[in-house]
Amino acid sequence: MSVAKPLPHDAAPLHVAGTARYVDDIPTPRDTLHLAFGLSTIAKGRITAMNLEEVKRAPGVVLVMTADDLPFANDVSPSIHDEPLLSDGTVHYVGQPIFVVVATSHLAARKAVRRVRIDYAEEPAILTIEQALAANSRFEDGPRIYEKGDAEAAIAGAAHVIEGTFELGGQEHFYLEGQAALALPGEGGDMLVHSSTQHPTEIQHKVAEALGVPMHAVRVETRRMGGGFGGKESQGNALAVACAVAARATGRACKMRYDRDDDMVITGKRHAFRIGYRAGFDTEGRILGVSFLHHAICGWAQDLSLPVADRAMLHADNAYLLPNARIESHRLKTNTQSATAYRGFGGPQGMVGIERVMDHAAHVLGIDPVELRQRNYYAAPAGGAAPHTPRSISGGMKENTTPYGQVVEDFELHGMTEALLASSDYAARKAAVAAWNAANPIVKRGIAFSPVKFGISFTLTHLNQAGALVHVYQDGSVHLNHGGTEMGQGLFQKVAQVAASRFGIPLEMVKITATDTAKVPNTSATAASSGSDLNGMAVKAACDTIRDRMAAYLAERHQAEVASVRFGNGQVEVGEARYSFAEAAALAYQGRISLSATGFYKTPKIEWDRIQGRGRPFYYFAYGASVTEVAVDTLTGEYRILRTDILHDAGASLNPDLDIGQVEGGYVQGAGWLTTEELVWDDHGRLRTHAPSTYKIPACSDRPEVFNVALWGGQNREDTIYRSKAVGEPPFMLGISAWLALSDAVASCGDAYPALNAPATAEEVWKGIRRLGDGV
Amino acid sequence: MKITFLLNGETVELVEADPTATLLDWLREDRGLTGTKEGCNEGDCGACTVAVSDADGTRALNACILFLPQLHGKAVRTVEGLGGSHPVQQAMVTHHGSQCGFCTPGFVMSMVAGHAEGATDHDTQLAGNLCRCTGYAPIIRAARAVESAPKPDWLATDRAFISPEILRGEAAGRGAEPPSSPTSSDELATLYEAHPDATLVAGATDVGLWVTKQLRDLPKVIFLSGCADLKEIEVTDTHVRLGAMVDMNRMRDAVAPLHPSYGEMIRRYASVQVRNAATVGGNIANGSPIGDNPPALIALGATLHLRKGDTRRDLPLEAFFIDYGKQDRAPGEFVEAVSFPRQPDRLKCYKLSKRFDQDISAVCGCFNITVEGGTVTAARIAFGGMAGIPKRARAVEAALIGQPWTQQVVNAAVPEFEADFTPMSDMRASARYRMETAKAMLRRYFAEDQGHLTNVLEVRA
Repeated sequence: MSVAKPLPHDAAPLHVAGTARYVDDIPTPRDTLHLAFGLSTIAKGRITAMNLEEVKRAPGVVLVMTADDLPFANDVSPSIHDEPLLSDGTVHYVGQPIFVVVATSHLAARKAVRRVRIDYAEEPAILTIEQALAANSRFEDGPRIYEKGDAEAAIAGAAHVIEGTFELGGQEHFYLEGQAALALPGEGGDMLVHSSTQHPTEIQHKVAEALGVPMHAVRVETRRMGGGFGGKESQGNALAVACAVAARATGRACKMRYDRDDDMVITGKRHAFRIGYRAGFDTEGRILGVSFLHHAICGWAQDLSLPVADRAMLHADNAYLLPNARIESHRLKTNTQSATAYRGFGGPQGMVGIERVMDHAAHVLGIDPVELRQRNYYAAPAGGAAPHTPRSISGGMKENTTPYGQVVEDFELHGMTEALLASSDYAARKAAVAAWNAANPIVKRGIAFSPVKFGISFTLTHLNQAGALVHVYQDGSVHLNHGGTEMGQGLFQKVAQVAASRFGIPLEMVKITATDTAKVPNTSATAASSGSDLNGMAVKAACDTIRDRMAAYLAERHQAEVASVRFGNGQVEVGEARYSFAEAAALAYQGRISLSATGFYKTPKIEWDRIQGRGRPFYYFAYGASVTEVAVDTLTGEYRILRTDILHDAGASLNPDLDIGQVEGGYVQGAGWLTTEELVWDDHGRLRTHAPSTYKIPACSDRPEVFNVALWGGQNREDTIYRSKAVGEPPFMLGISAWLALSDAVASCGDAYPALNAPATAEEVWKGIRRLGDGV
Repeated sequence: MKITFLLNGETVELVEADPTATLLDWLREDRGLTGTKEGCNEGDCGACTVAVSDADGTRALNACILFLPQLHGKAVRTVEGLGGSHPVQQAMVTHHGSQCGFCTPGFVMSMVAGHAEGATDHDTQLAGNLCRCTGYAPIIRAARAVESAPKPDWLATDRAFISPEILRGEAAGRGAEPPSSPTSSDELATLYEAHPDATLVAGATDVGLWVTKQLRDLPKVIFLSGCADLKEIEVTDTHVRLGAMVDMNRMRDAVAPLHPSYGEMIRRYASVQVRNAATVGGNIANGSPIGDNPPALIALGATLHLRKGDTRRDLPLEAFFIDYGKQDRAPGEFVEAVSFPRQPDRLKCYKLSKRFDQDISAVCGCFNITVEGGTVTAARIAFGGMAGIPKRARAVEAALIGQPWTQQVVNAAVPEFEADFTPMSDMRASARYRMETAKAMLRRYFAEDQGHLTNVLEVRA
């Protein structure tokens, strides 16, 4: 059976040969036109005059469009229609598209937009949390608050109270392939759009609105993305809509791709947060109550900010049973890029908050940070591993529920933590770090552990559905299609493994095809780590439908029981008879059996009230744990990640090697977020880090020199596809251990708690050291 | 201009080539070779990496900031030209080195170039290739797996290729009017004196961005890549002389044995691809306040050799940098070489940046302090990133010279940085951090001299 095999990515041979096609690689008609946006240069104000004459006269320019030239909807928002494709006369951030140039080449379009002259009536911009709060500039009418018990009373009665506030920066996706779209006009007003998107149906929806046509007139195809990470969940809308509108206007194919600087200036990023916390602990290090204050910088348009900020609240507990908790979340509207989805979707921000609390508490109480965490873990499920420190009713444990009322039924971290501490030799290395720090005045080491419990399901319940379309041809080959998109995560391969397994055929007989809104309609974004859970199940359903039809036909033909028909090893057994799958398919065809089927799946058990903050938003949780060791130069704050050990829970993995790839890559990306990836805006709201020359994602040598990654050999306690677990987002948060290890190293420089902000750039680490050393 | 080169084994002749068309755009838009990707269009991500061979070997270069005339006479190999059968390609599949696959062709080409040269320092070889998916571990596994794999057959033919024009003693566009490609410094001197408004293009790692990012038109360009005599490196008992067109990797090879800390700093200067293109002369002439190379050269007491027509003049390198964006260079005058005296190695170069590899320095401090009999007898200290120009810390030097080499004297000298520099804040670092880390670098130099472990890069797990 091909499920669970460690097969390479299906497109790997094409990747290495340079023949894997991305949107900009698709051969286009000879007269294809190219688009570029003209961007605002101020953060807030009104356009008082715009002179486009020079733009129109520029070499190669065919068409210039402003908002007035758009035929129907001027909106590319994925949520509340507050995001015009082109400025309606008001400007909300530096980099907002104001007009679009359609020219004969990409370079001609880029050159032409710079010839514009725009006069603005500038208004004071809201760029900071303070400014937003002062102006009450926010989405929703006020803060969302989720509560469990009475946090303030619990904190007030606690033996130890810790509190603090820290900054948590955003993050640029830096998908290597920038945003891109290609629109090809068809007959009768139809439009075919190739888009580098995680959400083809939304592209279809927005294009249809912009063209004033039904969705059936628009077909969107996505074979693959050169990375997505959430940055192509909604941010591709503008390019696709612009191309479609221009293609309609000119009758010619239109293509748009952002230059990297434009991409970084125009598109949204991970939400930056400020997190305030107050927590009470007993003398044993058990948390009694915690109160969080989240300030999320959402940018100028709502985009997906509400569910992102919700998910941050939903991960404010991470792995810990909080007897009393209060989480208050403010979603601030600012004159910056509209912050958007990014791997973890707010979960990482929420999780960093509670990990900071645990780290701070361990420091204050003088308890080993791992020990303190284990004492606060959720209880393991009955029949599972025993809790590290069993908590009786008299000890204060009333229930195993999250602050939002979901019972944690699958907590795996007790056993995982013990296993990881052993495999990483944590105790001995912790002692070795202390000995090193005593002996070395300049270079200090630090080591830290952090766990992950990540909720799997879209919190917008209706998105938890998926469709598939499977054809079996008369030669036994299989055409596979589903609503998920491939952005490198290996989804297509995993789902193909499911299909091959259902039919009992070699993987080579399954053709993976591009995501296509004409094949599978009404798809959800490939997001929330849900791709293989949802689409794997939908494909399984489609395959089983065909398989059951084939079995019924062959059983009848052989006067055998349907249940006795067996598919496996490329063959179909019916009683004494044995056919190759191809022969069976041919027989079924000749018997006039339909060999094509759709499949559908919706996630069971979930229900969620986001306003009340109550329910079961998640079908299950995925778990992980990591130990990171670092070395810090106390003269300058420079540091290295020396070693990382990870144990991650992918359930019964559909493909262990692809899953390990997600874990390794997720960790490095998460560590990057909290270390070198610093977004800097100036006082005018201009992004100063708008290219890889100034925005530093991890480079090759930044990965841990020793990097041990293993999968936890369990299976999902819920009935997911082959009992596997989602693996896209959860490993990202393993990178938190790198940030905590830096804190541990800095802590060796003095007595106070380092209280690092994130990202902990060398400068931030240096500041932390100075705070301790100078007592400032 | 007429340009001839080998592309994936086939000779290409371009007669009316746009001199500032990049190889990347030409490959993708004119030739339909879309395997080479655009990731950043500024030489920072490596997705556009190609392998370029000549008689000196095979090198990885960023196609996005490589102008077609720079390729004249050379052999270009893109990912399509590997035929899918290179051991690197198979290893990348086997070891799961690709996820989204967009950076992959660039990684493959960097690995192919490294493999061709027998390189095994994979982190350094791949520092110029960004991957956002894999976390790099599987890519390094793939690179290690093929270290001893056989080299492809095309390597010999690519390296042996010399364009027919060059064989006939002709160069592309060798005219009296730019755009042109002179073949010697004499030709260049004549041409540039006649056209002082022309833009000189050495490695194009800076000028390339004028075209790809600033979208400037460069009507008059002179390509220096044909000036063979500017590529000479001279190491004698008394001095080291580096021609202006010596690339940064060759420079690294020349200086690393003499001054290992300098060599290590250049290892972290940009990336392999950029160092293969960037030149000693271009790095000085563009007058960057950071530059990395000028502070080290100034600390070594380097002399700059300028030429205009037949007139040559020498000046201390630090004197060349007058103010931000202003250098002591006359119209039509160009950098011919830089030289520095041979000396006992007391040089330490400290490059501070947000990321270790391939990042522009926030501060680059270079210290060359001579101690004889316990007394500081000479000190040359120069910094990048601390002022509008690469600049010496003369007050600090003065506080050290003639003093005993002790912690007390170092402590007393540290405040003098305030007299020497008034750094600024930007996206790389705050002014305060720049100032305080500059001071820390002097402390580091002393601590290192006393045998303390001070380099976090030397710490192992």
